[in-house]
Amino acid sequence: MDATAAPALSQKNLLGIADLTPEEIVLILDTAEAMKEVGKRAIKKVPTLRGRTVVNLFFEPSTRTRTSFEIAEKRLSADTLNVAIGTSSVVKGETLVDTALNIEAMAPSMIVLRHASSGACHLLSRICKAAIINAGDGMHEHPTQALLDAFTIRERKGRIRGLKVAIFGDLLHSRVLRSNLLLLSKLGAEPWVCGPSTLIPPGLRELGVRVTTRVDEAVEGADVVMMLRIQLERMQGGYFPSLREYFRTFGMTEQRVRLAQPDVIIMHPGPINRGVEIASEVADGPFSVILDQVANGVAVRMAVLYLLAGGADDEAVA
Amino acid sequence: MKRLLKGARVVDPANGIDGQLDVLIDGERIAQVGRDLPADLADGGEVLRLPAGLVICPGFIDMHVHLREPGQEHKETVATGVLSAVSGGFTAVACMPNTKPVNDNAGVTQLILQKAREANLARVYPIGAVSRGQRGEELADIAELREAGCVAVTDDGLPIASAILARRALEYTSMFGMPVIEHCEDQSLKGDGVAHEGPVASGLGLRGIPGVAEAITAGRDILLAEMTGGHVHVAHMSAWTTLEAVRQGKSRGVRVTAEVCPHHFTLTDELLKGPIPYDTNAKMNPPLREARDRDAMLAGIADGSVDVIATDHAPHHYDEKNVEFDRAPFGIVGLETAVPIVLDRLVRAGVISLPRMVELMSVNPARILNVTGGSLAAGQPADITVLAPDLSVTIDRGALRSKSKNTPYHGWTFTGGVAATLVGGRAVFTSAAAGWPDSA
Repeated sequence: MDATAAPALSQKNLLGIADLTPEEIVLILDTAEAMKEVGKRAIKKVPTLRGRTVVNLFFEPSTRTRTSFEIAEKRLSADTLNVAIGTSSVVKGETLVDTALNIEAMAPSMIVLRHASSGACHLLSRICKAAIINAGDGMHEHPTQALLDAFTIRERKGRIRGLKVAIFGDLLHSRVLRSNLLLLSKLGAEPWVCGPSTLIPPGLRELGVRVTTRVDEAVEGADVVMMLRIQLERMQGGYFPSLREYFRTFGMTEQRVRLAQPDVIIMHPGPINRGVEIASEVADGPFSVILDQVANGVAVRMAVLYLLAGGADDEAVA
Repeated sequence: MKRLLKGARVVDPANGIDGQLDVLIDGERIAQVGRDLPADLADGGEVLRLPAGLVICPGFIDMHVHLREPGQEHKETVATGVLSAVSGGFTAVACMPNTKPVNDNAGVTQLILQKAREANLARVYPIGAVSRGQRGEELADIAELREAGCVAVTDDGLPIASAILARRALEYTSMFGMPVIEHCEDQSLKGDGVAHEGPVASGLGLRGIPGVAEAITAGRDILLAEMTGGHVHVAHMSAWTTLEAVRQGKSRGVRVTAEVCPHHFTLTDELLKGPIPYDTNAKMNPPLREARDRDAMLAGIADGSVDVIATDHAPHHYDEKNVEFDRAPFGIVGLETAVPIVLDRLVRAGVISLPRMVELMSVNPARILNVTGGSLAAGQPADITVLAPDLSVTIDRGALRSKSKNTPYHGWTFTGGVAATLVGGRAVFTSAAAGWPDSA
């Protein structure tokens, strides 16, 4: 990659897809392609973030996202530090602001934050000099997930504009959905969403999204089928009667997939609930790109880290 | 000692008065309101010549404030609360019982009144709890609370938990002519919501509280008031559906009154998006709602469906608000921002007249709580709010006299302010900037 061009993002932080222009999204995706190439080398390491400290501050359990960020940071030669704080210890004493100020005092370049409260990254961005990367805040956004989804779609389909992307599941509580809808709209896709009416938040139609409770209508002719995780506590919260009924009504089965385009791809941000939102035959089947998403996550996060670092480091990824 | 206020407009709708008149105060009471009263006062009397443009009104009464004492003195005390009140033009406040311990017994009521006497600024009217401990299980000793000085009952912060308890409360208080003030909110619909349920909360990923959570409880209580003959006062109304229920109740002759807070007729949930995203000073309960709701509140204020403007002054310490949005407590301070907002956004904007403002902020709260005030008739206590409708006021949270600074209006400029606040004939707040003359 040519580092002299020093591409960069207009924002210091990545708080959400809402703050990115379509051009910036494309820049991240293009950069991720170069980063993916790094991951194919025998020595999967470049000196881009050498001497920079990145703190992965995770207030919610996460395997995939935290691991992905950590690998991305290490491949860019950053000094990485994982701080996993159970919500319980916050209840006991230190506030998020105090935790952040203490970490900030040690002068990290970036903080990757995962937190159960929507807006937690905005709060940190107002008090920290370090760049804040949102690794999922409450029900709000999970921007790097949407970026890796877009990267995977583009890799498989060659484009995003004009594709019918049907998203299924818990539309009310999903940060993955919010980031994906923003991104897909910005890049000109045709997003559809489908789920039980109890899990459809107000205002989706106003975003230009097609909303339906009929799975067949959403799947029909879809280029991309994206499943969202159904959490057990939603059933306990009374949003639907049982997991069995959920799967009957909304589960993605081979039969339903047949209504989609013949070259449909099946996506899922993970972790998957086999037999709840997705049948195993579909998750493991020929159309599934679920593990490609995981692989691409590293490249996309490398791109985000690189670009937020200003892209200004002289050696870049050369 | 006598004091004569000359040169201002007097707006006293309870007595049908609106004009360039003089007000003569004798000691703690109003002596006379009239044209060109003689200025030769005997024995050391004082004549204050006010600049044209100031408006003399019966003292404003904020019937919905949280003074936090006893128990949460880090947020506010009775002393700082009444200082905030008189600085904002209020001569009296009615304070909510959700203190620690709850004001559900005469001891707490007496403590509050004692602190108010010591502070000796605004009058303080305690409001007692409907239910013991505000637990929603059994009625508090309401007769005892009344004898101790409570003017109304409420479980504010929470609705009265069950329809049967609301029924009993309305029946029981009707013996004393006391209103039941209701924080209308169905708790199961509220759930763990933190913002108005709508497109804005959806986009920000904030759990929603639908407007009908308020209207359902209001509807329940209006029907119960109709059945029992009790008086229900709907606190901090925010949803258009609630306003509809209040209008229907009034049209059937039900004893229902309603108050609206300044933030619910000026702000919407759009404020959650910015300029400060997820600003915890935009978090209150009921939440900032949609434009339709805000416009309904304005319409209700204009057409008389709304009886009172109250602030729901809810001080919270900086530390408590400097947290994640969903962890922050609900509420904002309001005593020192209400008059500028009402003068600018309602009177100057042409939504209501000055006499109507005085009804909303003085006459009606006095009538609903059955306390003195709301009138400049001879013999009344000289509780007077003097407005400066042309004064430019920029809200500066650092300058607030309240112990807490949690306001979403920091940096906002309004046209309209307070020139002076007189309680019992004594000037407890004056503003030279608003043109109040130096005392002799």
